[in-house]
Amino acid sequence: MIGRAYTWLLLGWLLLPVAVMALFAFNDTENRGNTRWQGFTLRWYQHLFDRPDLTRAFATSVVLALVSTAVATVLGTLAGLALGRYRFRGRGAVNVVVLMSVACPELVLGAALLSMFVTLNVPRGFPTLVAAHVLFSLGFVAVTVRARVAGLDPAVDEAARDLGAGPWARFRLVTLPMIAPGVAAGALLAFAMSIDDVVVTGFTGGSTVTFPVWVYGATKTGVPPQANALGTLLFAAGALAALAASRRRPRQSSEPKITEEISR
Amino acid sequence: MQNGVPAIGLRDVAKAFPGRGGTVPALRGVDLAVAAGEFFSVLGPSGCGKTTLLRVVAGFETPDRGEVRLDGASVDGVPPERRDVNTVFQSYALFPHMNVFDNVAFGLRRRGVGRAEVRERVGRMLEVVELTGREKARPDALSGGQRQRVALARALVNRPRAVLLDEPLAALDLRLRQAMQGELKRVQREVGVTFVLVTHDQGEALAMSDRVAVMNDGRIEQVGTPREVYERPRTRFVAGFVGTSNLIAGRVTEWRPEGAVLAFGADGRVVVPDASARSGEPLEIAVRPEKIGIGRDRPDDARCALRGTVADVGYLGASTTYSVATAAGDVVVYAQNDDATRTPAARGDRVWVSWHQRHSYALDAASHDDTNPDADRRPPTRSGGGPDGAVRSDAEADGSARSGAARRGGVA
Repeated sequence: MIGRAYTWLLLGWLLLPVAVMALFAFNDTENRGNTRWQGFTLRWYQHLFDRPDLTRAFATSVVLALVSTAVATVLGTLAGLALGRYRFRGRGAVNVVVLMSVACPELVLGAALLSMFVTLNVPRGFPTLVAAHVLFSLGFVAVTVRARVAGLDPAVDEAARDLGAGPWARFRLVTLPMIAPGVAAGALLAFAMSIDDVVVTGFTGGSTVTFPVWVYGATKTGVPPQANALGTLLFAAGALAALAASRRRPRQSSEPKITEEISR
Repeated sequence: MQNGVPAIGLRDVAKAFPGRGGTVPALRGVDLAVAAGEFFSVLGPSGCGKTTLLRVVAGFETPDRGEVRLDGASVDGVPPERRDVNTVFQSYALFPHMNVFDNVAFGLRRRGVGRAEVRERVGRMLEVVELTGREKARPDALSGGQRQRVALARALVNRPRAVLLDEPLAALDLRLRQAMQGELKRVQREVGVTFVLVTHDQGEALAMSDRVAVMNDGRIEQVGTPREVYERPRTRFVAGFVGTSNLIAGRVTEWRPEGAVLAFGADGRVVVPDASARSGEPLEIAVRPEKIGIGRDRPDDARCALRGTVADVGYLGASTTYSVATAAGDVVVYAQNDDATRTPAARGDRVWVSWHQRHSYALDAASHDDTNPDADRRPPTRSGGGPDGAVRSDAEADGSARSGAARRGGVA
């Protein structure tokens, strides 16, 4: 009883800001100052891409998130595999560095990256943004994949070997399908980290403007309802992806059950 | 059985693993020949090196020295994926993301076998292990016994030279384990493939195998049929690990055509056929408790006999266990309760224990007790008995000294 009430309270707490954002995408207001409810309209969805600077920032964000997620997922999966499966020289150090990249405050990371880019005389722009986003999301992929790998029975890989599978076939047919839920979860995290990042992007983006940076700047003059609409679409896409990932996750344990009847 | 080229041949195979203070030897020079079509078991306590032996044959471990041959051809340097043997892992190691059919078909597909043939061979193998109709099931929807059969089919379908089974029944409960023993034996007969099974369960090894190798501390102590290993254990370890034995140590007092004679007390006499020990030399013999008779009357002179007092009686329903303090020490006797109206002896009775001399056998002096950590904790003879030697029963002395010691009918 109390548990159920608590569940709904928590859900409400988490989702209320999102609901407000989604609602005000339908607000029949003037362009600026979308803070008071004026009546329902679909106008903002019809004119979703009417503001070229916002549209450009949104496109930049999506491309940046896709590219950095792809790179971080590949590198993070390989790192997670290595950390979870093999003992090697420097494993402890790599573990610490991965953990640090997850735990490090974004402000520190952003400032450090900026000073490094300045020192090395690297022009800030889209490439530096990709590098920075890969840096802070790689750790999340590595950690989730490592957890998944640690739960695997090493004999399964040996069984594949025993049955004639070489290294690449074992990875493709056995290891990757088994760690896929961890890879997917890591990729989702990486995408979410990248698409809403303001701090590191502000430091390392130069004149490149992403969606969250644009919205952040617009708060001074008033956020247009299109930003609400785009934000709602982003949230919906993320929620769908998370739902799909949780649906596909196979049952955790692969341990044989000890007690059972003689079944034919 | 031993003619022709062995399916699996090991020559002086040694393997050590890095451990505390250098390396820990797992195999100390193992020679072995498994004939084609044989059901061969490797029996030993945990840590004796039996799983390492299996992994060396499968190719997962590279021996430090020695050679492994499959059908006469050395497989030195051949990785597991190209060795013509398949393993049934203790955890079964089924691919959790594949259904039963794809699990079994995995090896065939890796070798580029055509679709039609894959379907046909997998189907036939699933018939053999009685899993027809479960092709689409995922491993986590199967019972432990079914998973075990999938693992077996996945190995057998490739028609390997040998199937290696690493404690395949250990994860099953007792009833299912007994059912699967018969099942394994049936499948092996049906398919005719060489089976090498590793187990710590003597009952399993004796019930299923054509031949058994008993391993201890990285060495093979004895190889033989289950009957040979049980009835004629060659070393003290085998006598104690496979079933229960009374170990009797003494000095040869006389050597006669029928064998060496050991005297205990005034009227105790033990004869050992085919012992090489001469008069005055020390000798250790073993007798199985179920071979010994117990009675109040003096047995006839042909039998080995010891006089003593019943120290303990354990009633087990089908049989009774007596512990008799003889002129030389305690002797354990298992007597069948085949006459409900009669109890042969009670605590405190003066009795004779006797057995036919063909049931006493000399233990190999070259037993590897020098490397056995138990050896120095256990004196070869125990005083308190007669002047000539002592009797030691594994059943009472071994509980603490050797946790792997097996009880008759029990599981180590």
